[in-house]
Amino acid sequence: MRKRTLAEALIASHSQDAVDVGAICSVKVDFAFANDITAAPAINAFREMGADKVFDRNRCAILPDHFTPNKDIAAAEQAKVARLFAREQEMLYWEVGRVGVEHAFLPEKGYILPGELVFGADSHTCTGGALGAFSTGVGSTDLAAVWALGESWLLVPPTVRVLFSGRRSPWITGKDLVLALLGRLGTQGARYKAFQFEGEALADLPMDDRFTISNMAVEGGAKAGLFVPDEATLAYAKARATRPFNPLYPDNGASYDKTVEIDVASLEPQVAFPHSPANVRPVSAASDVAVDQVFIGSCTNGRLRDMALAARILEGRQVKDGVRCIVIPASYEVWTESLKRGYLTTFAEAGAVVSAPTCGPCLGGHMGILAEGERCLATSNRNFVGRMGHPGSELYLAGPLVAAATAVTGVITDPREILSESELKEVEDDAF
Amino acid sequence: MRFEGKAWRFGDDVDTDVIIPARYLVTGDAAELGRHCMEDADPDFVKKIAPGDIIVGGENFGCGSSREHAPLAIKGSGIACVIAASFARIFFRNAINVGLPIVASPEAAASIEAGDVIAVDPEAGTVTNRTKGLTFPVAPFPPYLQELVATGGLVPFVKSRLEQEKGKECQR
Repeated sequence: MRKRTLAEALIASHSQDAVDVGAICSVKVDFAFANDITAAPAINAFREMGADKVFDRNRCAILPDHFTPNKDIAAAEQAKVARLFAREQEMLYWEVGRVGVEHAFLPEKGYILPGELVFGADSHTCTGGALGAFSTGVGSTDLAAVWALGESWLLVPPTVRVLFSGRRSPWITGKDLVLALLGRLGTQGARYKAFQFEGEALADLPMDDRFTISNMAVEGGAKAGLFVPDEATLAYAKARATRPFNPLYPDNGASYDKTVEIDVASLEPQVAFPHSPANVRPVSAASDVAVDQVFIGSCTNGRLRDMALAARILEGRQVKDGVRCIVIPASYEVWTESLKRGYLTTFAEAGAVVSAPTCGPCLGGHMGILAEGERCLATSNRNFVGRMGHPGSELYLAGPLVAAATAVTGVITDPREILSESELKEVEDDAF
Repeated sequence: MRFEGKAWRFGDDVDTDVIIPARYLVTGDAAELGRHCMEDADPDFVKKIAPGDIIVGGENFGCGSSREHAPLAIKGSGIACVIAASFARIFFRNAINVGLPIVASPEAAASIEAGDVIAVDPEAGTVTNRTKGLTFPVAPFPPYLQELVATGGLVPFVKSRLEQEKGKECQR
């Protein structure tokens, strides 16, 4: 039998069709979800299709996370359409106060699992790839078709294999690794392809950081960003799974579109400059950039380890006068655990704003919109023109350490200037 | 159906935040979304275009968010068709699903300058730059997608599947 990449193995296990690169396959979908923005058009399409019931109410979900808690009347009306449909269908739905940012919440609650095929009406659905699931973003009409049929189509992608080699310094987070990759390959390096992430530098990389890497696969054009399951993956999934699952692995000798090696041993913390996530330079090249705002959160970097790293920097320090620092834990699990561990107190005492979980400012929704000429350093995933507010604003992207260090000084700062390695290691050694 | 109109030229990586900024994502109405199409790239874009005009982009057109509002906004603005060197994958699927004609042709996209008059003939599989007198062949969609488009898009496709399944259940 032909040797398969992980992407091919995952598609083959969900299809009766011949899984050859470039072929279109009909696939069975394990889980399908939308958010408060993408649900309403999906519901319209679902009705137009003449569908009565979602294919499986335990495998179809709506998560109100983008403009929630509702930012204005129009957003409230839109969220209401989604809520009423979820109630009618008796499908999975979590209200504000329980829901989190979808791509943090769903893996955390065991709804995306190794070996699965998942469709979400949100481009960052690729986050689930960290669990070894073929998890990919689609639009609302595609999602409606999945709700109706439990099936969809996929073009079998070529796979770009990424080897992160060398020993990772504790200053290098998942965000630095994925920014380095995007800097190397550009925004189209994996267009219509799948990433398969491997290499010795990933062996001890915490799950929270792996989600960050898979999350930004789409910024390289990829339809999936896949990690090969290991002990950490299986331990994470087993502790949380809502249903049985079967992890899949790539075959030895599978054929790849190309292999890209990134040596992380000498890597500095990375920063993406305006207006592209692939416009990446080392943090030392950004040291003269003053900011008006720092945002720590989002489906990219709003998990517990991100909160822990940011808190370690902000502990006993103050957000620079004149800088607005906004911290948004991505789920209530992260929020309450951050509360118990004292991180939220640290943020508040440092002069940062702490919000309830929401996508909020990441997409220019609410909770921290930028005015013309303002500059923000964010831990989110996109820095396109106007992404977080006025089209005349500027957005830089980095990991939680750089973000918190920048909040303290007001200019983009290498965290090594703020913290010693032994101080940082207190966090590294904690269990994530 | 054929299209002919004036070309509006954009570069590589035209993202969905530029096509329709998130602040307008509180409606699914194409006409309403169309009023803000390309606003953050050119605030006067929708005032300048005429119905039937064509957007021309470089590589990776429609990258970014999964928002179906992006092809809807383009359609709602009166733009007839998008020609690009390549499309981001979610935008590609969304355009087919909402019935926005799209043509991927690196050669055609490279030749077109702002203001050129462009004719697109999807059935013949050609893009003609009337201003420059050049015609480019366009690779057809894979058969699966041709069938999907011929059925009228994903909504009628699923509708007929569901009707067939219901028919089978009644026969049992």
